[in-house]
Amino acid sequence: MVSLTIDKINVSVKEGTTIMEAAASVGIAIPHLCYWKGLNEIAACRVCVVEVEGKERLITSCNNVVEEGMVVYTNSPKVRMDRRRTVQLILSQHDCKCATCVRSGNCTLQTIANDLNIQDVRFGERLEQQEWDKNFPLIRNSAKCIKCMRCIQVCDKIQSLNIWDLEGTGARSTVNVSGNRTINEADCSLCGQCITHCPVGALRERDDTKKLWQAIEDPNKVVVVQVAPAVRAAWGESLGLSREQATVGKIFDALKKMGVDYVFDTTFSADLTIMEEANEFIKRFTSGEFKERPMFTSCCPGWIRFIKSQYPHLVKNLSTAKSPMQMFGSVIKTYFAQSIGKKPEDIYSVAVMPCVAKKGERNMELYFDEFAGYDTDCVITTRELDRMIRTAHLLPAGLKDIEPDRLMRDGSGAGVIFGATGGVMEAALRTAYFTLTGKNAEPDAFKVVRAQCQESDVQEAEFDINGIKLRVAAVSGLGNTRKLINKIERGEAHYDFVEVMACPGGCVGGGGQPIHDGYESAFDRGKNLYFLDRGMDLRFSHENPDVKKLYADYLGEPCGHKAHHLLHTDHNAWEMPKAPQRDRNGNPIGRNI
Amino acid sequence: MSRLEISTPTNAQLVVEDLYKNLERRIVASPPGLCPVDITRAFIEMSHSQTCGKCVPCRVGLLQLKHMLTDVLNGDADMDTLDLIEDTSKSIMETADCAIGYEAARMVYRSITNCREDYEEHVKNRRCTCLTTQPVPCVALCPAHVDVPGYIALVREGRYADAIRLIRKDNPFPTTCGFICEHPCEARCRRNMVDDAINIRGIKRVAADFAGKVAPPPCGPSTGKKIAVVGGGPSGLSAAYYLQLMGHKVTVYEMLPELGGMLRYGIPNYRLPKDRLDEDINAILETGVEVKHNVKVGTDVKLDDLRKEYDAVLITVGASTDKKLGIEGEDAEGVMAAVFFLRNVGMGQAESLKGKKVAVIGGGNVAMDAVRTAVRLGAEKVSCVYRRRTADMTALPAEIEGAMAEGVEMLTLKAPARIETENGKVKGIWVTPQMISKIKGGRASVIPTGDPDIFIPCEALIVAIGQNIETKHYEESGIPVERGKIVTLPNGGFKDIPGVFAGGDCASGPATVIKAVAAAKVMAANIDEYLGYRHEITCDVEIPDPNIDDHAPCGRIELTEREACERVKDFEGIENCMNKNEACQEAGRCLRCDHFGFGIFKGGREKLW
Repeated sequence: MVSLTIDKINVSVKEGTTIMEAAASVGIAIPHLCYWKGLNEIAACRVCVVEVEGKERLITSCNNVVEEGMVVYTNSPKVRMDRRRTVQLILSQHDCKCATCVRSGNCTLQTIANDLNIQDVRFGERLEQQEWDKNFPLIRNSAKCIKCMRCIQVCDKIQSLNIWDLEGTGARSTVNVSGNRTINEADCSLCGQCITHCPVGALRERDDTKKLWQAIEDPNKVVVVQVAPAVRAAWGESLGLSREQATVGKIFDALKKMGVDYVFDTTFSADLTIMEEANEFIKRFTSGEFKERPMFTSCCPGWIRFIKSQYPHLVKNLSTAKSPMQMFGSVIKTYFAQSIGKKPEDIYSVAVMPCVAKKGERNMELYFDEFAGYDTDCVITTRELDRMIRTAHLLPAGLKDIEPDRLMRDGSGAGVIFGATGGVMEAALRTAYFTLTGKNAEPDAFKVVRAQCQESDVQEAEFDINGIKLRVAAVSGLGNTRKLINKIERGEAHYDFVEVMACPGGCVGGGGQPIHDGYESAFDRGKNLYFLDRGMDLRFSHENPDVKKLYADYLGEPCGHKAHHLLHTDHNAWEMPKAPQRDRNGNPIGRNI
Repeated sequence: MSRLEISTPTNAQLVVEDLYKNLERRIVASPPGLCPVDITRAFIEMSHSQTCGKCVPCRVGLLQLKHMLTDVLNGDADMDTLDLIEDTSKSIMETADCAIGYEAARMVYRSITNCREDYEEHVKNRRCTCLTTQPVPCVALCPAHVDVPGYIALVREGRYADAIRLIRKDNPFPTTCGFICEHPCEARCRRNMVDDAINIRGIKRVAADFAGKVAPPPCGPSTGKKIAVVGGGPSGLSAAYYLQLMGHKVTVYEMLPELGGMLRYGIPNYRLPKDRLDEDINAILETGVEVKHNVKVGTDVKLDDLRKEYDAVLITVGASTDKKLGIEGEDAEGVMAAVFFLRNVGMGQAESLKGKKVAVIGGGNVAMDAVRTAVRLGAEKVSCVYRRRTADMTALPAEIEGAMAEGVEMLTLKAPARIETENGKVKGIWVTPQMISKIKGGRASVIPTGDPDIFIPCEALIVAIGQNIETKHYEESGIPVERGKIVTLPNGGFKDIPGVFAGGDCASGPATVIKAVAAAKVMAANIDEYLGYRHEITCDVEIPDPNIDDHAPCGRIELTEREACERVKDFEGIENCMNKNEACQEAGRCLRCDHFGFGIFKGGREKLW
């Protein structure tokens, strides 16, 4: 143990504790900006400086550890003056038009500047203007970037894609897409983790709420909205609702109040996905296709972009099943449109997703022979949903629990857990077991594939179902995924079926979810989904009455001709920029061609 | 009013002088990889502040260059701007009245003509291609990328054995390098910005002297793969060490009776005591390396035989033979190549030079080794004969100073013309007086002064003008050889010759021990990869947290030497180590660039390779 005093309070902490953590242990919160525990401890912003008695220079508390007998002041005149000057310097390079910023009210810089009562920047404003494609699903505003480097770190360390880098040297060094590429040329997975780790509004999703409002206002459009499982676990966070209060039913109510015509729960098409994917897996597995390499799930568009750019030779091992979002879109424009007597082009199909990559995914495929347009016309993230609720000045407290619309109302607990890492695998195993044995397993029989915390990188398990040995793995986070695939490629690991989610913790930790600076909420939210699953009567996808009805009335058999046509996709139908050559530090070499 | 006054500098002058000194030190410690456009702009801005204002090209021209360079950096320029920068800088070079103007313009001209693509990237894509990739200067500049801040911090805490363990992750010759490394790590030490570079080699020496015997880490599980290493010098032994740690079985073929190559048979004992060299070699052998002494590949065994017997063969034969002057009389008795002269001394077969006059041709480190060895062998007079000036010698300044302190005469600006012999024995050497002349490629050239040749009498003449590589056998075995060197791919292997690798001096030409170690790491990694493995070399030593002290300027501690008049009497080591107090202060000067600055963000520490 090390003893020291911080602001005249005696503190005793373990050796190796940072000054910031030591201060926190006695209730002293040292302001910080760039710091993110375990990810970005680089002392770049210099906001967390403290004074140590006997030293002339201030030191950063985030990445320097306590020493025996140290006398620390976190709020001395010198600290106050220097911290204030530093924040003023940061503000001089930050576009401070807070009123029109999506992060206003949830901006760490704004909070710190307000807390320090800074009313005058004193330095001339020098904003950096970089070009950016405003149609890309991920938007970067260089005038707001404070160069905290978190985007670089999360993409390097967690996602292993190195999309961002500190470019240039000296006076003009700045954050930009690495290897002198534009974002369109880069192998960005669109996971959006850089957005959820940005302390300010420099990174955000492309805002599609205006498009959705226009559709709602268009009398000729039937607006049909589906809401993904993971959205229910997070949407209330930025509206001041507790987990118990923030039910999915209230989202449906809010959407209806905004003027949406029909609302559905993506849980339904998650069940549909399981019917297709589990059957596809059994078929391909028994044909011996996975002797060397496994089948990979295909519901995460960040993962699809990743495998296409990093391991193009493995694309053939993906399930051909569309994601639940795209399946739902496809069914909405055919089966559902018919049922309400509308043409597909009259339908405006919307998805509320925890995800930025879904904005890219919705662009990808067209079914001209079936109907004009896309499976999904518009994707909004959980954050955009929350902004729309505020725009419509709907008071969260006044929202009621309502059911989704008929025809595709049912959803199982298996569909709900799609939003958490391991959930797709678990749901698929529940149905695969039934398909192979003719009876149901215990609903929680496969729960070992659930990840408990961020540190658990790969969940693997082996099951014996009717004499068939299945080795499965579930992984989340693209860095973990890369490690896993490299092991498979080197022959050090063998699986039959692998679930991959690009974001740590799965969709609950998606890049479109509400942002909490310095805190990864994915695993709390995931537990919420598992809690919901446990409380549901319907826990098996193959028992979903509305799904059964869809097959009976419209699609025929799972993986049959019509199902294949509407619910499966060709992953090679579109191009993804390939991963560039990288140097030994992971930095791309030259411009990507 | 007095007729004349003694001028004293004003405060302003003193401040400016101080700024200049700061700037000089700052430029020394400049991080590698900066944007040439940005640095050129900064340079021209400073140069413009030196203009007196009299002449147009300098007063106005430099200003306009600065504006245009700023436009380029801001993305406000087009390709015409680049042409205008080039033309204008050329024009200022041709028209400015004094060096303040034309030398400044020359920098811009050189910059834009030599790195035009960097300028174009700024114009076309409004981007810069430069990146900070080497934030820790000492680690970046060490060819073997030894974790310098790490072991300095360990020495500061008195954890000498841990320091040795950490060094060995990247360099299995910590003791040897503590004595004789050329320490490129110190060149751009950031501490220069405060006062002076850290004495990194000195601190390594401290670790080596105080650590005691440190066992190497245990070898990995056996892979069953067999590797032959040809040549037991620093690169062969380093590769053998890492390959053993990876679990392979290595056999070293050494043509001489003992291991160490140039470290044993080239570098004199007074610089690197052989019992200290043995500390490193013994640790390497402890990993289980097998050695076949007195076996010369090419004579006693063929490369092809080794290829059949082993899964991989590594050629690290070094540069072990001499280079000829190519002048008359070179085959006379008493004329000897430094490489063989020093080898004989290393083998204990040196002849006394008592009462003899000795001349050594050359100005490199080997020449200094030869002159200082000759002094110790009792020569009456030792002269170092060199074509250029002392300042142009490639030997380390400390070696030159040491030699001069030991009484060696530096006969500079003298080019060997012919060797005078009598009855087949050397009698002396005729040299042609030279004058220093034009600087070409950054190096001053010499031309004859026109004065008649001078005779330097000597009974022994030692030629230290470089070494050659014995490539004949390898060339005959199909290994590509060009200009006397083995030519490998960047991975140390050969196209179409699977399983054979080469490196060290035999591929690079005569270089330093740390470069040999660096090459060995490359080869060990690629042989491992070739054999189908990806073993990782790591070190589990935990590195101390950096100290947060203010860094008040503090002098650099240098290692002292034994008195010249005493040390010339024997071959014992001449350099004294620091004591623990000194080591602690010197190590405490380290700015820990792995933690402070860019290093903590990216590239600060490579924990494995």
